[in-house]
Amino acid sequence: MGETVTEAHLASAVKTNAKPAIVLEGVNKWFGSLHVLRDINLTVAQGERVVVCGPSGSGKSTMIRCINRLEQHQEGRIVVNGTELTDDLRALDAIRREVGMVFQSFNLFPHLTILENCTLAPIWVRRMPKREAEELAMEYLTRVRIPEQAKKYPGQLSGGQQQRVAIARALCMRPKIMLFDEPTSALDPEMIKEVLDTMVMLAADGMTMICVTHEMGFARQVADRVVFMDRGEIVESGEPEALFSNPQTDRLKLFLSQILRGH
Amino acid sequence: MSDLTLTSPASGVPEAAPRTAPMRAVGPIAWMRQNLFGSWWSTAVTLVLAYLIVRWTIGFVEWAFANAIWSVPYQGNQPQTQICRDMKGVGACWAVVAEKHRFILFGTYPFEEHWRPALVCLLFVGLYVFSAIRRFWNWILVPVWVVTLTVIGILMWGGVFGLPYVPQERWGGLPITLILSTFGLALAFPLAILVALGRRSRMPAIKMLCVLYVELIRGVPLISLLFMASVMFPLFLPEGMNIDKLLRAQVAITLFAGAYLAEVVRAGLQALPRGQYEAAEALGLSYWQKTGLIILPQALRLVIPPLVNTFIGFFKDTSLVLIIGIFDLLTAGKTAIVEPAWQGFGVEVYVTVGAIYLVFCFAMSKYSQDLERELNRHRRR
Repeated sequence: MGETVTEAHLASAVKTNAKPAIVLEGVNKWFGSLHVLRDINLTVAQGERVVVCGPSGSGKSTMIRCINRLEQHQEGRIVVNGTELTDDLRALDAIRREVGMVFQSFNLFPHLTILENCTLAPIWVRRMPKREAEELAMEYLTRVRIPEQAKKYPGQLSGGQQQRVAIARALCMRPKIMLFDEPTSALDPEMIKEVLDTMVMLAADGMTMICVTHEMGFARQVADRVVFMDRGEIVESGEPEALFSNPQTDRLKLFLSQILRGH
Repeated sequence: MSDLTLTSPASGVPEAAPRTAPMRAVGPIAWMRQNLFGSWWSTAVTLVLAYLIVRWTIGFVEWAFANAIWSVPYQGNQPQTQICRDMKGVGACWAVVAEKHRFILFGTYPFEEHWRPALVCLLFVGLYVFSAIRRFWNWILVPVWVVTLTVIGILMWGGVFGLPYVPQERWGGLPITLILSTFGLALAFPLAILVALGRRSRMPAIKMLCVLYVELIRGVPLISLLFMASVMFPLFLPEGMNIDKLLRAQVAITLFAGAYLAEVVRAGLQALPRGQYEAAEALGLSYWQKTGLIILPQALRLVIPPLVNTFIGFFKDTSLVLIIGIFDLLTAGKTAIVEPAWQGFGVEVYVTVGAIYLVFCFAMSKYSQDLERELNRHRRR
């Protein structure tokens, strides 16, 4: 964080084969007899911003939830920052420390204040002194532009503010990768922008991001790559302009026509 | 789209100044007109109930205070209870309570040592009050409880510091009720939390063990558990070994309360949205950190009303130990009126014993309401 990474530098990082942040190889997953992820192959480079879109029930959320093992995959390999996800709990702890997640329903801890929400993990997981954790939390709360709410409880904030706190909470662990699971889907229209602005700012800092979203404007603005999923498969992927203006498959054409009509 | 939402509603139209509610809609007279005399039917009910309440109140005050007999004359050592019998049904005979209060409170504990169980009761109350203050909800509670309970043990048993030894068989009354319920709930509560967590464990052996415990204990009446503890359990012990009867009853009550509390705690765990677990996991918290910092603080707040309900239930259920011959408050009250001179004055004694139970239970209930309001502040907007 902090150091500004130029666009040129970033682009080169994406193009040269630096150690990938996330690798999914032949990942399969079933819920009972339902095949929710089919042979997923995806490599995300350090600093790359990937937007995942697709109709509901297409496995987008399940895929990114596999990356920090909120869901377990049953076949294939997932490697995060060089560590493979297995049943080894220590590997899992190491990965979860490096991977921040933002949920559709915010999932702030309602019994803790905003500040406590942000300092909890640094204090207990990173063993950071309380004072230092609070300074760090205030720094990130300032960056998401709500430092004045620090003493309030989540229930006293608007949806957009809560989601920005959730982003700050994840950032307080200083993650290398951020996962966003439909971060704006539960928000009223007038609050979507404030959350997207925060995410754009994060992208400009060079954070590796995977974002499940239907916000095509956001995808065009920040994504290096858009991945389109349908029925558990990655159907198409590519640069946002190319993908949106020149879809190759009928499924993507159908999806694009539906979301454009919706807007 | 965004333009629409940004323009303030009714721009151009001057906003009406807020008005206060009309006087006829608020205030006590309006409230009474609305709630007590809304129709001829509710007026009739109001009048009938008012008449009954006034009549019964007057009747009770006459019986309990105006016509009550507070003491009886003595002939030598014999109380002359004839005047009480003459007033039976008209006035209460509080003389029986005045005469027997020490027996009701402390049972067969040696009379000249009664200051010890009295001090024990005060220590218990002090311990409750101290533990109820949220400022002290930290590690200081542990030494305070250990020291207080040790002092209570020393006071009850004696045998050290020049205090004469009093065997457990002679303990009785209020201290027994407080000992059984305090130890019972203080041990059952942590047990219940572990069992509730165990029932949701992914490890099948732990889960089965917890289910088995809850279902077995819950499926048996407390009385039969107490019988088992007092009659059957000693049969399994080697010759000459004897575990204190009170301790056996204590274990039975603790296990029983644990099973019930576990289900209450589990209800709280079920009520939490999955997102809370996931957010805690995604932040890298370990199982015990997640449970201790995120899950339990929220789950227990949710179940304060049923928890206290169970607490109050078990406080009163300790009186069931009378069937295995332990002298708790209720048994002591019952025994106090066995003496021929005082036979027939059960109402006065049971009203008194009931009042003592009521004080403790009402305090618990009131405290839980405050606690609930205080701890759920975050849910208010």
